[in-house]
Amino acid sequence: MRQIAFYGKGGIGKSTTSQNTIAALSETERVMIVGCDPKADSTRLMLHCKAQTTILSLAAERGSVEDVELEEVLVPGYNNVRCVESGGPEPGVGCAGRGIITAINFLEEEGAYEDLDLVSYDVLGDVVCGGFAMPIREGKAQEIYIVTSGEMMAMYAANNIARGILKYAQSGGVRLGGLICNSRKVDKEVELIEALAEKLGTKMIHFVPRDNVVQRAELRRMTVIEYEPEHPQANEYRALADKIKNNKDLVIPTPITMDELEDLLVEFGFMDSDEEYQKVIEADKATTSV
Amino acid sequence: MTQNTENNQNPAAVNTEPGKIQDHFDLFHTDPYQDLFEYKRQFEGAHSKEEVARVAEWTKSWEYREKNFSREALTINPAKACQPLGALFVAAGFEGTLPYSHGSQGCVAYFRTHLTRNYKEPFQAVSSSMTEEAAVFGGLKNMVDGLANSYELYKPKMIALCTTCMAEVIGDDLGAYVQTAKNEGSVPEDFPVPHAHTPSFVGSHITGYDNMLKAILDCLSKDKKQETTNGKYNFNLGFDPYIGNIRELKRILQLFDIDYTILSDNADSFDSPNTGEFKMYNGLTTLEEAGDAINGEGTFFFQKYSTLKTQEYLEKDWQQSTFNARPFGIRGTDEFLTKLSEVTGKPVPQELIDERGRAVDAMTDSQAWIHGKRIAIYGDPDHVLGVVNFTMELGAEPIHIVVSNSNPDFEKELQAILDANPYGQKATIWPKKDLWHLRSLMFTEPVDLLIGNSYGKYLWRDTKTPLVRIGYPIFDRHHMHRYPTLGYQGAINMHNWIVNTILDELDRKTIIPSKTDISFDLIR
Repeated sequence: MRQIAFYGKGGIGKSTTSQNTIAALSETERVMIVGCDPKADSTRLMLHCKAQTTILSLAAERGSVEDVELEEVLVPGYNNVRCVESGGPEPGVGCAGRGIITAINFLEEEGAYEDLDLVSYDVLGDVVCGGFAMPIREGKAQEIYIVTSGEMMAMYAANNIARGILKYAQSGGVRLGGLICNSRKVDKEVELIEALAEKLGTKMIHFVPRDNVVQRAELRRMTVIEYEPEHPQANEYRALADKIKNNKDLVIPTPITMDELEDLLVEFGFMDSDEEYQKVIEADKATTSV
Repeated sequence: MTQNTENNQNPAAVNTEPGKIQDHFDLFHTDPYQDLFEYKRQFEGAHSKEEVARVAEWTKSWEYREKNFSREALTINPAKACQPLGALFVAAGFEGTLPYSHGSQGCVAYFRTHLTRNYKEPFQAVSSSMTEEAAVFGGLKNMVDGLANSYELYKPKMIALCTTCMAEVIGDDLGAYVQTAKNEGSVPEDFPVPHAHTPSFVGSHITGYDNMLKAILDCLSKDKKQETTNGKYNFNLGFDPYIGNIRELKRILQLFDIDYTILSDNADSFDSPNTGEFKMYNGLTTLEEAGDAINGEGTFFFQKYSTLKTQEYLEKDWQQSTFNARPFGIRGTDEFLTKLSEVTGKPVPQELIDERGRAVDAMTDSQAWIHGKRIAIYGDPDHVLGVVNFTMELGAEPIHIVVSNSNPDFEKELQAILDANPYGQKATIWPKKDLWHLRSLMFTEPVDLLIGNSYGKYLWRDTKTPLVRIGYPIFDRHHMHRYPTLGYQGAINMHNWIVNTILDELDRKTIIPSKTDISFDLIR
């Protein structure tokens, strides 16, 4: 059984990309999706519903996670993909990281990992604390795919995730599988992400173009694979799925410093260099003093 | 607070003979202290004594019981402890093993105190000393340093590592940390550091016992599987506080002439001989034996619900037969010895058959005093099963059975036992309830006897129901743990404690001259 995880900045299109990719993978594999996001939207397109009942919301309702049965939270979706969401606390209270640990422990104890070819974790945002690193602990996901785009914050997050992976790669077997660029139609996006990938010691495994069919499918709470299986965009996800399936290029990432990241952005014209910055400030001063 | 100059008592002014130190039993009853307590009431917002008495009386009512049982968010005096306690307890039974708690110092200090208060023995365990920094940045550095220091200072042969709430909430990954610590040279690469996740907010001490035992066996048995078995049987007693039980089991196995390994023999850890020299490690199960247990013929477990994961691991990974037995009381011991004889092909020794006869004889001698007595019992699942079975053998009737760390399988098993026994018909199992619930039960449906650990003494005080101390912890009586409760000898011990508590109570009840003393008899 292979275990992979999708990480990436919030709002980057991570859940959409991962679900479309999983939908493509499910054409040949038996898959389970473990959503690790308090929003619980990692399985929406598989189940055609708003949000499924999460492990933690049911545990909160019953008073204890021990009172939750696996069948109540593990639901078969599109192509029999098994879907489960960890869920998490209300904003501003509790600990979402611990929620992920609790949820994954529950799945293990209840035997959710049996008879599967692939498990995919969809994790909110950065590796911000130990709980969000749960999916990359030993015995869990061995390959991490970072969904990013050519925007500064997405790249910043990608670099942070690489740092998280590095921390665990030295003692365990977790590796970076590559960057997935979910296009935002930013200038020189491919070049930028390829440059970042190179600095991180990995490669951009796939460039997913932007296409409105994704939104049309989402409105129907479906993946493109299901909604328009013959659409070229569906084939993009199939191509990505295929690359993940045959990916042998798993690396220990080499994250870069904040300075290096900024240099990269300067190089690609997203940010001005310090000298340019000084010039602009001086110029501003000159205009105001006149 | 308001000024008060008139009634400014100074307790130091208590008049005593010079050089005589007043015992605190007497000291606080002297006038200065009594006056002081009276004076302090004004600052305490204290209710009147009449009001306190009225409410105290109300808590004994059915009305209060209903309120008490509709309690949702609060637990008062649960009959359980938390996971790391069980983890440290089981770790202490292995040779040269230093139990290590990954968390703040307070946690491990508490567990050490807990064990020491029960056994009146020192107990060694260390911690990562996690502080605010560790909570923010993760406990990796603490573990790297902690393992290095422990290894250097205390020269253990194994460090058994468990976690605490804090490490669990921040999500410290033990496996990765231990490996990193080894990479950084804190301990040698081949030095055994079994580790278990033991968050205190999940399960209870029996869960922690299970997690740690499994981790230790898994760690020590790596690459030890042989083609043939070693001809030995393994025995595990679970979270059993009676070191007398380990010794009694060894005696039985020697009588049988069976080659055995006790998985976690902590008898000496909690009862080491006083030779005048301090010995840090007293675990009696050698690491080699523990690793070789994978080649055993099979493993007997005396506590099913304290070893669920370990048993699953033994069956799946070790491909080993497991046997569950509860050698407590006559029938339980009969079943264990019969099974042991059947599995090993050796006959039950005559000495044990004689002991059985003596135990049955003892029970018959006092059955008139115990028959029909109504009993309340609380404790861990397996412990409660043993006590319930034995009390019903004595002809007593379990009424209230409170198990805070219960589980549905246990409840089903216990219910079936009660249903099948004429003495079990009046019993109700109260899963996940605490001792404050039991207090209401005992006021509204009184019993003759309460059986459990020291925490029952508050119920004894309030309800005046005599308490037989069997369980863990027993903080307020000494040496109980030295006696076995296991086997026929254990049955005699438990019988002795039960019947003599009943007789003591009878004497107390008939003690008032020319009122109740018509039944104050020399012979019982």
